Order: sequence, then structure tokens, then C-alpha cells
Amino acid sequence: MSRERLELLQGTLDLMVLQTLAGMGPLHGYGIARRIEQVSGDQVLLNQGTIYASLVRLQQRGWIRAEWGVSENNRKARFYSITAPGRRQLARDAAHWRRLTDLMGRMFAPESEGSES
Amino acid sequence: MMDTIRRAWGRLVAVFRRAPLDADLESEIALHLETAIAENLARGMPAEEARRQALIRFGGVAQAMEQQRDARAIPAFDALRQDVRYALRTLRRDHGFAAVVILVLALGIGANIAVFSIVNTILLRPLAFRDPGQLVWFASNEGQGGLSAQTYTVDAFEEFRRHNRSFQDVTAYQTFFNSIQYKLTGHGDALPIVAVEVAGNFFPMLGVQPSLGRLFTPEECRKGSRAVALLSHGFWQRQFAGDPNILGRTIDIDAAPNDLTGPVTVIGVMPASFDFGSVFSPGMHVDVFVPAYMDFWRTWGNTVAVIGRLRPGVSVAQAQAEANVLFPQLRALHKDWFEDYKSLLSSLQDRVTGRLRRSLLVLWCAVGLMLLIVCINVSNLLLARGISRGKELALRTALGAGRGRLIGQLLTEALVLSGAGSALGLAAAWAITFALSRQSQITLPLLSTVRVDGAALGWTVLIAAGVAVIFGLAPALRVSGGNLQDALKDGGAGMSQGRGHERLRSTLVISEIGLACVLLIGAGLLLRSFLRLLDVDLGFAPGHVAAIKIELNDGGDGAKRGAAAQQILERIRAIPGIESAGMTDMLPLDRNRSWGLVAKENANDNRVHGAFVYVVTPGYLETMGMRLRRGRDISWHDRADSGCVVVINAAAARREWPGGEDPIGRPTYGTCQKEARVIGVIADVRQSSVEERADAQVYIPLTQAEPEGTELVVRTHTPLASLQPVVLSTLRSLNPGQPRTEFRPVAEIVDHAVSPRRFLMLLVTCFAAFGLMLASLGIYGVISYSVSRQAQEIGIRMALGASAGRVQLGVLKETIRLAAIGISIGAAASFLVAKGIASLLFGTRPIDPIIFGGMVCLLALVALLAGHIPARRASRIDPMSVLRGL
Repeated sequence: MSRERLELLQGTLDLMVLQTLAGMGPLHGYGIARRIEQVSGDQVLLNQGTIYASLVRLQQRGWIRAEWGVSENNRKARFYSITAPGRRQLARDAAHWRRLTDLMGRMFAPESEGSES
Repeated sequence: MMDTIRRAWGRLVAVFRRAPLDADLESEIALHLETAIAENLARGMPAEEARRQALIRFGGVAQAMEQQRDARAIPAFDALRQDVRYALRTLRRDHGFAAVVILVLALGIGANIAVFSIVNTILLRPLAFRDPGQLVWFASNEGQGGLSAQTYTVDAFEEFRRHNRSFQDVTAYQTFFNSIQYKLTGHGDALPIVAVEVAGNFFPMLGVQPSLGRLFTPEECRKGSRAVALLSHGFWQRQFAGDPNILGRTIDIDAAPNDLTGPVTVIGVMPASFDFGSVFSPGMHVDVFVPAYMDFWRTWGNTVAVIGRLRPGVSVAQAQAEANVLFPQLRALHKDWFEDYKSLLSSLQDRVTGRLRRSLLVLWCAVGLMLLIVCINVSNLLLARGISRGKELALRTALGAGRGRLIGQLLTEALVLSGAGSALGLAAAWAITFALSRQSQITLPLLSTVRVDGAALGWTVLIAAGVAVIFGLAPALRVSGGNLQDALKDGGAGMSQGRGHERLRSTLVISEIGLACVLLIGAGLLLRSFLRLLDVDLGFAPGHVAAIKIELNDGGDGAKRGAAAQQILERIRAIPGIESAGMTDMLPLDRNRSWGLVAKENANDNRVHGAFVYVVTPGYLETMGMRLRRGRDISWHDRADSGCVVVINAAAARREWPGGEDPIGRPTYGTCQKEARVIGVIADVRQSSVEERADAQVYIPLTQAEPEGTELVVRTHTPLASLQPVVLSTLRSLNPGQPRTEFRPVAEIVDHAVSPRRFLMLLVTCFAAFGLMLASLGIYGVISYSVSRQAQEIGIRMALGASAGRVQLGVLKETIRLAAIGISIGAAASFLVAKGIASLLFGTRPIDPIIFGGMVCLLALVALLAGHIPARRASRIDPMSVLRGL
């Protein structure tokens, strides 16, 4: 019953970033981090700083691209947006995740009280 | 796949764009925080709290940046960059240590690069001809005997070339370079030049193109056509200052017997990369190439060396099989051939460098051993330094550096050291090879083409990396594995690791001593061989004897030649300072030719009766210090029209009169139209090599046979430099055409003959001496460290009454223990090594007790000396100051 926040699994942050960009359109780093926190209902233990490693990783894979633009408060900011290969990857990963969570859900179904979260 | 490459490329680019990428990231993070703070403020937090919350949510700017860097680039590179920077800083702080290590490494690595360059040039690199693997060298008489025994007649060469099926083509050059003296005339004094006569297809077959102009046409290779010449690159540079307009100009060459006198047209210049001497006649510098007029040489007997180019797919063995069949067949067709040319075919590469393979491999191993000693020594130094750095490393561990990172850091330091050593060594090697390629003291084939090339650079990189791992790994593992707490505690530094360290360092020193022992014994054996070589009875006394090439105008007439020679010798002997003088056509250990010599009674047996032949004047044998055993020397009474006479050497006497009969007065055949009487027997003279026993030799009066060029030989104690102008002007007064030649000390000829062995011996000795020095340094280092570690104990023992002598003895005992183990291992290994180099030794048994005993004693002595210094220091420890320090 703790308010402990969820430790992110390896690789899930990248997927969240992709999903966020797919849904929200171009965002800068802070925007992405905030969006993820909001969606998770502040359940995710996210050091916002880690978002930048994820962003550079996705960029090098060609799944997102970055452009310099102007932020809401009129400052020079880097905006990230998802690319076509990124969308394809997102679709693949999302399918994979659905299957995995489905499976895990069924595995733990009889003893759902015992599980954390 | 493409994806992976693109990602890898992106990361690699990121490594080198660190600064701009960091700046971008920083501005991004700054904006992030500002936005977060602004949002918090908007929610009504106080300014301080808004900032705090933003930073907490962000979770550490430095970590985020580090994470992003790791993700975008190659983390190992960043670590390496840090390590290198740190290593440089550390070494700068410790510059004395760094300088010593780098210098030692530079010596070891430099010697290795230089030796590699030599080995690469002589053994590994193919000859600088087109498809050199197809080139085959022919040695007749199965490769035995002197030059004229191993060469061919023009007929034999031409017939083989016409009838063989194994070769694309066969070519030849005229080996008796000095039969015809070439002089460059028309510019002041006549200048002697070295000319090589080659067959028309010589250059095309080797695949050598002139750098300027063209090669000979078939027409130009026939006697009676317009005289043409190709210049060697060196001669063109030296004599004509590299004049590009040289083509078509005529130079005056005087080479009377070959009808090549007068203007000769220069048709081309050979490239610098083509060095005839270094391949075919080490030590010779060729000035010009002229066509060999085959019709002129046809009647001169065996004079041409033969080289063939195999057809594709034909092996040397197949060609050999064909030659075995073809030469006897050809001989059957030509009743006038003297012999059936039992030929030994070998690849040209083998012929040029085959003899040297073993020597060079030994040299390579020796220098490698030396490098190993260097590595062990540096390893030892690093270990010693690691002890004093224990605290620093422990501190870094405490601050979170993993063991891997520490090892990486220490290996990086090793790499920086070996890199610096290699750079310095490379410069040294470059200088060494530059000097080697320009010297003329050492007559090794291809040596003039030695340089530090791409392969040598590759070798350097390999060595640098290998060396760093070898000398860096042991200390890195050792030092990084220390106990954190002990190291951090004051005074505990080193103490806890002391024992293990000392054991490792002792092992290193023992291996150093062992390796040095092997090197020393190997060098000792080679040194003794060389000394034995210098002790060889040459059969002549080279000291204070010098030879100068002269021109003898005789018109092919023995009587005139005798008169001219007698006149010259009388005038020369009259010069103050000249003790005696004589003439010969060939000097021992220089050039040679062979004819036959057979006692009349043996004339019909089937044995081979070759003999080296020297055409000499009275006084030559005496001037050279050749010892007459029986009979008399040649005299001026042995005239062209008197009966033929010869002086023979003891080997010839033994061969022709094996029963021990007195040869004096006996008739022989082979040197004269009629029979020649033996008038004297001299002690054997080493003719083709200092190391080989003399074969039969025969000395013929100048009046009774035609000489192959003429050398005036004088014995004098006057410096040659002051004698030379007087002698030259005397010669000029008799023959204005005398070329501007120079005296050659006969000792120098002997020197050249032993130079390859001396080269090997000197280098190995240097390596061994360096190894010995390093080993003694190693002993000194270990013993003096153990003394300083035991200072307290020694002090207490002395306070309790131990005498200084006892303390010294204790320390020396440790030295002796290390030395004894190292030497026994080294001596045992030396037995194997000695067996391996047995074929390189001369007059020395591989297990030579004097060398083994001597070198072991030397090593033990040096070890004791190295241990003595710290032992004395130990005995001078003041017990009071030690006790006060407790």
C-alpha cells in the first residue's frame, strides 16, 4: 500500500518517449518529461535528466529527429519529433508490450492480492 | 546492418565533437530547469523551493550529462581521454622517472625497429624487380669454387637460352668487371669508373625501366655499333649534378681492349631504386651500364653470370631438372666446351640473401631478448613506483573507481610511456638506418636500401602496444589489487603489500638475469668466433700494405708488358718510404678467377683440377708478406720467351702430389700453352673468404700470361695520403693516361671480408651489454628497496650487536640468491641457444667452457657489484636514529 514509485524497466523509457512524441507532436525535453509524469499519474520514478540519454539514443537510431526552435517563453529550445521509422518501431514495441503485459497479467491472475503495485 | 553502421558512425563522430555537443546539452538542460522553476513558481512555490524542487525532479545535472555522453558516444573513449590526460599529468609530475623509463624504452624499441628494418630489407621484402619470385640464379660447377668456376661461357649462355623450355627468358651480365678498365676522360685527370656490361635483355627481363631515356636496342648490343651507356642514378647525380639534359650527350670513356674508346652516348639514367651492386655484388657502386658485346667475350671462357625468369607455373625444381638434362645434351653438341656446366639453380632472392638468413634471425632474436629485458626492467620500475602510489590509487578506489578502471588507467600510463619511447626510438632507428645505408664498411647485400618504411612503422606500433601490455600489466594487476584500508592508513602504505611486491619483483629480476645470461653467452660465442677469425693465418700480412689500380699499356705483348712493369716498379721503389712493391692482377679476398692446374702425371685422370690464378710480378709475394716455403720467387729472368714457370700454394702441391713429393721443377699443364715448371711453393693464402680454407692457387709471371687488370701493391709505413700524390705523379710521368685512382689498404679488404660477421658480433654484443646493464639496475633496485624496507629491523639488529659486516653479508646473500637462480636458468637456456647458433660460429664449440664460465662470472660479478651498494648502505644505518624513529 506504499506510495513507492515505480522503477522503470530497462528500455521502457525509450518507448514512453516515442509514444509521447507520437501523441503530442514536437516537444522539448522538459515537455516530454512532464508529459510522461502526468500520464503516469506521478507514479513513475523518473529522474527527468535521464530523458536526455534516451533522446540521444533514439536520435541515433533515426526514430526521432531534433530541430532548434523557440519555446513558449521565447527561448531557443530543441524540439523533438517522431520519424516514420520511429512510428513503425513504436507500433512493433507497443504490440510486444501488449502481449507481454497480457501474459504477465494472466500469470499473476489467481494471486493478484499478493502482487505489488 | 546499415542501421548498425550508421549508429556506430554517429557515436564515433560524437567522440570527436565533444565540446559542441556538450554545449548543446547544457543549454537544453538550462532551459529545462528554467521552465521547471517557472512552472513551480506559477504554482505558488517560493523562489527557493521552486528551484530546489526542479533540481530534485531533474536528479543531478552532472549524472544526466554523463549518462547522455555515454549514450551518444563511446564511453571507453571518454575514459581513455581522461586516462591519457591523467597519465600525462602524473608523468609530468614525476618527470625524472618518466625520462628514465622513456629513454630505456627508446633504446630497446629503437634497436628493434632498426634491426627489423634490416631484416625486412634483406630477408622479408622481395627484391625490387618485377615478379622477383620468378627470377632464378644459375651457378655452374654446382656452386663450388671461384667466380670463373661458377660462371658460364657466352656460348653456354646463348645455347641454354635458345633451347630451354622452363624460362620466359634468360639473361646475363659480364662478371669480370675489372677485366676492362673504364676511365672517364675529357674532364681533367682520367677518372676510373665502374662499368658493368649487361646483355641486351638484362633490364627488360628484370623489369627495370630507366628513370630517364631508354634502354639498349638490340642493334646497340652488337660490336661495332654506336657506343652507348646507361648511367646509374648515383653517378648521374655525382658526376653530372643530376642534369636532366644528359640524354644524347657524349661522355668520353676509355676502355681500350673492348674497342669502347672515345665518345659514348648517354641514352638513359637508371632509377635510384635500382642498385646493381647491392643485389649482385655487395659493396660495389656501379657508375655506368654498357652493352656486353657477346662476340667479344665469346672466346674468354667462363665470364658471364646467368639469370633466368621462370615461366608462370614452373618451379625452380622443374627448371633444375631441365638444366640437368639440357646442359649435358648441349655439351654433346659442342665438342669445344670445357665442361658440362653442372648447374645449381636457386631463386635469386636465395642467392642474394640466403647465406644471411640465419645470422639475421639470430640478430632479430637477440634484439627481441633485449627488448624483453627492457620490458621487465620497466615493469620493475613501475612496480617500485606503484608502491609509492598505493595511497593515491586507494584514494581513487575509495572515490568509486572500479578495479577495471584503475587497471585501465595504469595501462594507459604504460601506453603513454611506450608511445613516447617508440617515438624517440623511431627517430633513433631512422638515423641508424640512414647511416647504415650510406656506409661502405659493411658489405651486406641490399644494405644500401635499408630504410624505415611502412612495414617498419607497423612493426613499431605493434611493438609499442605489445611492450606496454607486457611491462604494464603485471604492475597494474598487482598495484590495483591492494587492500584499500591498509593503503589509506598512514604508514601502512607499501608495508602490507611489501611481501607480495617483493616476490614479484624478485621474480622479475631473476628473469632479467636469466635473459641477460643468454644474451651474454650468445654474444660471447660470437665474439670468440670473431676473435678466432682475426687470428686466422691469412697467408699474407695485410698491415702496412696498400694497393692502387694502375694501367699497364702492353698491346697484349708479354715482353712489352714486362718491360713497362719493371720500369714502373723501379721508379716506385725509388720513392722514399716505399719498402717494397709488386704487381698482381687480383688481390686475395677481393676478386678471383680460376683456370686449371694439373701435374703432368695427373693430366689424364678424371678429377677436377681448377686453381685460382694470379698474374704477378717479382716482388709481389714478398710485398704481400706471402711466405715462400720452398724454391724461389718469380724473377725478371722469367721472360715471355723463356720457359713457363709457376709458383703454387701448399694446397695445390698437396692436391697434385699427394705422396709428398717435392713439386719443385715438376711440369704442369693448365696455365701456359706449353708445360710450366713449378719453381716455388708458398703457404696457403685465403682467397675467397677468411673463413674457408684455401684451394689450389697458382701464381704466374706477368710476362707469361695476360693479367686481368693491374694492382700496384706497396708496403710502406708512410701515411697513404702523403704517398698517394707522389705515386700518382710518378705513374703519370710514365703513362699520362693513368686514371685518378686511390690507394686501398689491403687491411681494409680483409676488414670488408669479415665485416658481416663483425656487424653481427658487434650488434649482439651491444644488446648483451645493454641487457647486462639493465639487469644490474634491476638487482640494484630490488635489493635497495628491500634494504630500505628492512631499515628498522636492521637498525634494531645492529643495536643488539650485529656487526656492519654481518649486515652487509646478509644483504649480499639475498643478491647472491637472486643471481644464482637467474644465472642457472640462463645458463641452462644458453645450452639450447648455443646449439641453435652453432652453424654461425667459427673455430668455437657451441658449449665453449671459457665463454660459459667467463660470462657467468661476469654476470655474477656485476650482480654482486649492484648488490654491494645497497649492502653498504645497510651497514651504515645508524641504530640510534632508527630506534628514535620507532
